[in-house]
Amino acid sequence: MDLDPVLLARLQFALTIGFHFIFPPISIGLAWLLVIIEGLGWRRGDDTYVRMGKFFGKLLALTFVVGVATGIVMEFQFGTNWAEYSKFVGDIFGAPLAAEGIFAFFLESAFLGLYLFGRNRVSKGVHWFSILMVAVGSTISAFWILVANSWQQTPAGYIIQNGRAELTSFSEAVFNPSTMIRFFHTVDATLICGAFVMAGVAAYLLLRNRGDLVARKALKLSLIFGLVVSLLELFPFGHEHAIQVAQTQPEKLAAFEGLIEGQTNAPMVMFGIPSDNPPQLDASIEVPGVLSWLAHGDTEAYVKGLNDFPPDETPPFFITFVSFHSMVGLGMYFIGVMLLGVFLLYRKKLWDQRLFLKLLVFSIPLPIIAIELGWIAAEVGRQPWVVYRIMKTVDAVSITVTAGEILFSIILFGLIYLFLGALYLFLFVREVKHGPEPEVTTEVSV
Amino acid sequence: MIDLNTTWFALFAVLITGYAILDGFDLGVGVLHLFARNNTERRINLNAVGPVWDGNEVWLLTAGGALFAAFPPVYATIFSGFYIAMMLVLAALIFRAVSFEFRGKIESRGWQRLWDWSFGLGSLLPSILFGVAVGNILRGVPIDGNGLYVGSFLELLNPYSILIGVLSLVMFVMHGALYMTLKTDGELRDRMTRWVSGSWIAFVVVYLLSTLYTIFEAPHLMENIFSKPLFWVFLLALLASTAYLPVVLKAKRFFRAFLSSSVSIAAAIGIAAVSLYPSLAPSSIDVAYSLTAYNASSTPRTLTTMLVIALIGMPIVILYTIYIYRVFKGKTVITEESY
Repeated sequence: MDLDPVLLARLQFALTIGFHFIFPPISIGLAWLLVIIEGLGWRRGDDTYVRMGKFFGKLLALTFVVGVATGIVMEFQFGTNWAEYSKFVGDIFGAPLAAEGIFAFFLESAFLGLYLFGRNRVSKGVHWFSILMVAVGSTISAFWILVANSWQQTPAGYIIQNGRAELTSFSEAVFNPSTMIRFFHTVDATLICGAFVMAGVAAYLLLRNRGDLVARKALKLSLIFGLVVSLLELFPFGHEHAIQVAQTQPEKLAAFEGLIEGQTNAPMVMFGIPSDNPPQLDASIEVPGVLSWLAHGDTEAYVKGLNDFPPDETPPFFITFVSFHSMVGLGMYFIGVMLLGVFLLYRKKLWDQRLFLKLLVFSIPLPIIAIELGWIAAEVGRQPWVVYRIMKTVDAVSITVTAGEILFSIILFGLIYLFLGALYLFLFVREVKHGPEPEVTTEVSV
Repeated sequence: MIDLNTTWFALFAVLITGYAILDGFDLGVGVLHLFARNNTERRINLNAVGPVWDGNEVWLLTAGGALFAAFPPVYATIFSGFYIAMMLVLAALIFRAVSFEFRGKIESRGWQRLWDWSFGLGSLLPSILFGVAVGNILRGVPIDGNGLYVGSFLELLNPYSILIGVLSLVMFVMHGALYMTLKTDGELRDRMTRWVSGSWIAFVVVYLLSTLYTIFEAPHLMENIFSKPLFWVFLLALLASTAYLPVVLKAKRFFRAFLSSSVSIAAAIGIAAVSLYPSLAPSSIDVAYSLTAYNASSTPRTLTTMLVIALIGMPIVILYTIYIYRVFKGKTVITEESY
């Protein structure tokens, strides 16, 4: 049996990152919501928010630990599976990872312990500060990992010298053309994710008639919060990110948008059936001029199509197109659901809309799926490059690692993740079914 | 005159030392967990390290990141070379991490046994394999002229490296038992004290054995160290702290004993680092192929940038870490928020 080590290494990477990437978005989103909840509980002395904090804090702890456990693999697999890559870009790529450890991991993990175990050991202010530090730490963590990723997408601040990429400007490398917009786009996605998890859990509690104040207030908070962050994701973050891709990675934009032939008055594809070899789009529904306008602010502007690039330097069309369009579709769905929820809330009809509450429960996993799709679109859309127009993916793998060893790792982690994923779901549902602690009734002294 | 490359060699050693001292004790507690006698004791173990283990493990991640940033070829060659061993360590650390959170979620004996084993073995395997990795680095690894590792997984399991693996295991068990003397009372603390005494003897014996073995297995280390004054500082610190430990243990000055074993760990790593310097991964094929702090480093610009990051970040990290340890100091008590 002849296995391609490059393909296997890519599968291994996709498996470990894809699984890990389920958890940090939930953690970051929930952490920021908990900053609000714990803040309200502390400042207003409202017992409902304190119980809400304890309840969602447990869900955060569960999610966080699976994120931490699967995250350790991330940092080491550049060395294990992509040794040639690590040698070539280490001068630049290692620094954000080290900075993530120093500025983010220490902060979030140290203060998570304080948040979870310190409720009765520190003052309320310090306790609130600890969840704030968890949220800040995990957001800084996202920043540095997105710096590393963005540098692969739009490398800057380097020179190719002595057979490797050498750093010429740290600030240019960190704030490369796609860092900041990718950061806002991704972190906002984690907030959407947190809002949907909280809304779905609260909706479930209401459906189960466990509807005490915790569920009602949590639903109200998450819907309003969710509407704001869902709208922000469309405009400005999604829009600006698309403009950046148009400017810096035109072949990726062409694959996103299904533009095979470059043209002026380029259309926006609302729907289409893509196929590879050669890239082709059938049965498409298009709105002329919109893509030209979105990408260049002018309906008559020329937008490059996939055929404007050498065929061996364009991304796989099918996966890129489908994942991008599915992500955008889900984004629209999120806005719709949140709008409807806030409308029902405003009309004071929310609590007995069982169908809508069920929709919220069903929607819990959708932001995660959207995030995964966005990541696939971004990463597959960069192929065949591991570092855009500098290093190809085929040249990046470890030379000394055999296909059999990678297969061993895929099977090992595949089984572990299957097991962990099932347990996480099981325990998450169990925790939700258990619900928040009941209200403390005032004890009558005899 | 200490240059940038030497500074990063030292800083990497410091990060490894921080990891070994901090995660060392919670790995040790995990190994001792395999010998716990009842459920209360197991819960005490988990809750004694529960609030801090995650922060401790970050030292490993930071050391990994620092190695990647400062010495990319070493990071690439060693981790791809030790592929299977790395995957096993990572798998063990995954199981260990989740066992804290998962164990207490369900009140079933079978369920809790599963996560007790997961915590115990998830601590045992890395405790040994980290030592095995150090042992292999000390004796030299097969790195060819292109900087590629040309050995196999089974070659990593040679007697010398396994002995160093045992050394790191007994060191962590001693350290973990000492941490537990700070966290427990009465009968349990007496038992932990006996674990400290036993593992202290094991530590001394295994350390002497490995030193003897090193003379035959890795004579290049011996030639190297005697010329370096730092070596004598670390050696004296190791002798003093190791001798001091049983004295304070007998006097029931447990915190001092814990500090002693911390110093012993730091000194042992210091001796290893000094004996290797400037090599980070000596080649067993030809000494000229070794990856050193000079031929395998990032550019001065990156090393300087990283130094600035470390000088800004690490003092802050150390400050809040100390604060959080102070919040959780004292005996472990089981409350409603416990595991």
